Amino acid sequence: MATGGQSGNRPLSPHLQVYKPQITSMLSILHRMTGVALAVGTLVLVWWLAAAATGGDTFAGAQAVIGSWFGRLLLFGWSFALFYHLCNGIRHLFWDIGRGYDLETVAKTGWAVIICSTALTVIAWVWGYSTMGAF
Amino acid sequence: MSLRTDLGKVRGLGSAKEGVAHWWAQRLTAVALVPLVLWFVSQVVGLAGADLAAVRAWMANPFSAILLVLLIGATFHHAQLGLQVVIEDYVHGEACKIASIIIVKFLAVALAATGIFSVLKIAFAG
Repeated sequence: MATGGQSGNRPLSPHLQVYKPQITSMLSILHRMTGVALAVGTLVLVWWLAAAATGGDTFAGAQAVIGSWFGRLLLFGWSFALFYHLCNGIRHLFWDIGRGYDLETVAKTGWAVIICSTALTVIAWVWGYSTMGAF
Repeated sequence: MSLRTDLGKVRGLGSAKEGVAHWWAQRLTAVALVPLVLWFVSQVVGLAGADLAAVRAWMANPFSAILLVLLIGATFHHAQLGLQVVIEDYVHGEACKIASIIIVKFLAVALAATGIFSVLKIAFAG
């Protein structure tokens, strides 16, 4: 609890749980969550690069884990996180130059981010499976 | 007790003495990562199911190797800047906060070095 000075008698904002979930706040926390998830995902990226440099059984082991159903599930999650963070990051960059702040535009660009990141995820996986000759 | 006003303390480079350096670096790496990430995803999708020889041939290509090094550098710089803000927001104990930030920054540099070394090893030594 802050005491004294100018910060002592400022009004406190209500707790987050009081607010109804809105697209603005939900996408904001999702940006942060996907960012943290992607930071964890960099461990797999570095593991894959190091395994390729090591070669032999190390690379085969990494490919087996990454290519397993659980590995693919994680990759799917990370691919959506990456596309979401990318699309919403571009939305943030527009805010940084002072564009798109009115509520109607914020909601519109928010839905655009959801649609674009979902579409990019689907396209990437369909393309990936067709590369492997699944279709 | 300081006789300086609150405003006086944050003027110029502010209380953290770094001005907008953190904010700017976060944006600069973000802008760099837009094309780098799109390139990387398209390459990895094209490599789906590829064997070691194909993956190594891709990494040994000078264009791929340079872009991979740039991608790794920008990614880990961007990630540690972002994680630092998350830690500063949610970790309240001062000692725990500083320790977490140090661990994240050291890990980011170590992982970036490992990734870049791996790419260069394949590029130079095959």
